[in-house]
Amino acid sequence: MSDPFSGVRLNLGRRHLQDRFFQWAGGSAIFLSLVFLALLLVSLVHLGRGAIWKTEIALDIGPVAQMADVQQGAGNTGKMVREAMFALFPDVIGRADRRRLLSLLSPDAQLELAAALRNGRPVGQHRAEGAGVGGKLQVWLTASDTLDMVEKGAVDLNVPEERRLVSDRESGWIRQLEENGAIRRVFNTGFFVSGDSREPELAGILSALVGSVLSLFVCFVLSVPVGVLAAIHLEEFSSGRRWAGLVEVFINNLAAVPSIIFGLLGLSVLLGTFGLPRSTPLVGGMVLALMSLPTIVISSRAALRSVPLSIREAALALGATRVQTSFHHVVPLALPGVLTGAILAMARALGETAPLLMIGMVAFIADVPSGPLDAAASLPVQIFLWADSPERAFVEKTAAAILVLLVLLVAMNLLAILLRRHFEKRFKETRGA
Amino acid sequence: MNFTLSNCAKRRMGAFAGRFAPFLAFILTGAGTVLAGEQISIVGSSTVFPFATTVAEHFGKNSAFATPVVESTGSGGGLKLFCAGPGPDSPDIANASRRIKRSEVENCAANGVANITEVKIGYDGIVLANSRAAPRFALSLRDIYVALAAHIPDGKGGIQSNPYQRWDQINPDLPAVRIEVLGPPPTSGTRDAFVEMAMEKGCETFPQAVELKGSSPHAFQALCYGIREDGAYVEAGENDNLIVQKLVANPQALGIFGFSFLEENADRLQGSMVQGVMPTFEAISSGDYPLSRSLYFYVKNDHVGQVPGMAAFIAEFTSEDAWGEYGYLSEKGFIPMGEEERARYGKDARDLRPLAFPA
Repeated sequence: MSDPFSGVRLNLGRRHLQDRFFQWAGGSAIFLSLVFLALLLVSLVHLGRGAIWKTEIALDIGPVAQMADVQQGAGNTGKMVREAMFALFPDVIGRADRRRLLSLLSPDAQLELAAALRNGRPVGQHRAEGAGVGGKLQVWLTASDTLDMVEKGAVDLNVPEERRLVSDRESGWIRQLEENGAIRRVFNTGFFVSGDSREPELAGILSALVGSVLSLFVCFVLSVPVGVLAAIHLEEFSSGRRWAGLVEVFINNLAAVPSIIFGLLGLSVLLGTFGLPRSTPLVGGMVLALMSLPTIVISSRAALRSVPLSIREAALALGATRVQTSFHHVVPLALPGVLTGAILAMARALGETAPLLMIGMVAFIADVPSGPLDAAASLPVQIFLWADSPERAFVEKTAAAILVLLVLLVAMNLLAILLRRHFEKRFKETRGA
Repeated sequence: MNFTLSNCAKRRMGAFAGRFAPFLAFILTGAGTVLAGEQISIVGSSTVFPFATTVAEHFGKNSAFATPVVESTGSGGGLKLFCAGPGPDSPDIANASRRIKRSEVENCAANGVANITEVKIGYDGIVLANSRAAPRFALSLRDIYVALAAHIPDGKGGIQSNPYQRWDQINPDLPAVRIEVLGPPPTSGTRDAFVEMAMEKGCETFPQAVELKGSSPHAFQALCYGIREDGAYVEAGENDNLIVQKLVANPQALGIFGFSFLEENADRLQGSMVQGVMPTFEAISSGDYPLSRSLYFYVKNDHVGQVPGMAAFIAEFTSEDAWGEYGYLSEKGFIPMGEEERARYGKDARDLRPLAFPA
């Protein structure tokens, strides 16, 4: 009697070996991609961790009477800051030396002091030796990027003097400040609440962040309703028509068009023909919407197609119109897929710079935009501009901005997953009930 | 039946579009005109970009006007946008790391932008630098040309493709290492300036090239402007920080970039001597360093008075606090003009003296 499993046993060893090999290959592919991801994250965190700190110098500013003048809108804070700095180092005389001494402070120190005084915030503590109107206040002011880099250990003070950014003189001043306890490291709120600046110690991501949010808002409002409705029409009302096939070909092709082309379209049509203002999130959002539309249409159609035909037939059989069938039964069931597609398209739009280049959003914009018609940059643009800046202190800002962008992207993808879970569950329950 | 249905749908869609198109167009153009010219818009050279943005930021913080928007488009791209038209939506100022060309002035005039002021602001040096781990290079313009040109004179009246692989084959005083130069791609203004100031001048040290210049400008350009593509010259992208990092990692290589990047990385890199001159602040400012170029910006005079803050911005840029010897721009690697030049160009700028292109 022959063995009924002889066919199965044939080459069994070889097939098991193949099996193990493919499992091993797949596993190591996952391992490798995780290693690369970890490498990226570790290097970014390593480079960018400094950006959340900034260095400040304590100055004894006074007399207090003068500060009251500033609150009234008079008085010269620049002079007050300079004199406090010179008082710390009485032996530094001569214009050039004093200028170098002052360059330890951020160029905005005086504006910072004036703003703090005008806001009526407590700007410092009274020094024990001189209370009252003639006395002085100890005020902490932002230090320059050079000092910041020294404090963060980015400048090696052991190499010969002519090869480094900080001269022996300056490092001597810094050491003296350190010994007096006049240097401290604080959380850099400015990085999150101010706009771009050419001074690394003052530069923040808020203007870029707001620009990104505004552009994405415009993009979402335009592309999601249009994209989803187009998908519904193509899938539910006009599938099988000859022109629908043609439209499908066009949409699939558009999805593969490089994003810079949409920027060129924005430049010639939105800016050229309609005369919309350059560098604004309105135009940026419209261009990004054009770019996202094909992706949204394709993913929404796929989601609609995955709804079983029996649902449609049941609704139609009970007398629902085609619109009722679509909006009461098919679209709700397809919603998780539609939303996932839309959010992933938005996430892609968030990371896009090429189409923005053409419409003037790759620009230095210091003011935080207050609406979609103000000039604005976006997060990836900010990263690009900082990466291109000569100042060494921008390296950590660049890495930190990349981390912020990554956090946003992860949040959007998480949202996509959560929405999917939420709706899937809900409709399963309704179906069961 | 299909046919009639689709026709019907088409008609419905047409009616829809017909009803809403004027409305849409109204919104779009309305938004454009309401907003036009609220803040100064500046475009142009990536070399001038760090300086223009510094002045813009200063101006925004210390005046009642909004901070100007500065775009980095490259000199050519900026002037093209600038010359596209006179409307309030077009850029008000264009930065350039070279002088405006005759063709660009003509293009401007053809588009209705006739009244332009040229403001020379200062200098920039192009440096050839290498890692501090290697000895400093001392190059002549001829060395640079012979090392990097695609074709060089063969010494017998003909032209040969560049045979040199090591620096000491060109000049026995140079080190015996492979020629490897990282530099900007052809789209960059720095590359244009480098070709013009180093390659062309180096090329003209050959009598054969000088002869060609008179007889056949095309052949002259082919001989003098072509940069080799056999691996000795590596196009390292527009990002100068990237070139700096590559130089630190590879002490054998030389890099070509702007002076401000050398200054910022003086602990890791050293500038090569060119024609016996070190690339220092003073040598570039005085013009002794052969690879120094002038930086400009161009103003649309008709926009002064229309766009708020134009005159104030020009005054800020040309103030001693900004472009002076000890101004805040000098901390950004900016190389100011001499006192006399500053006085002259500053006055021309504030008076909005129209550009008179040399005939």
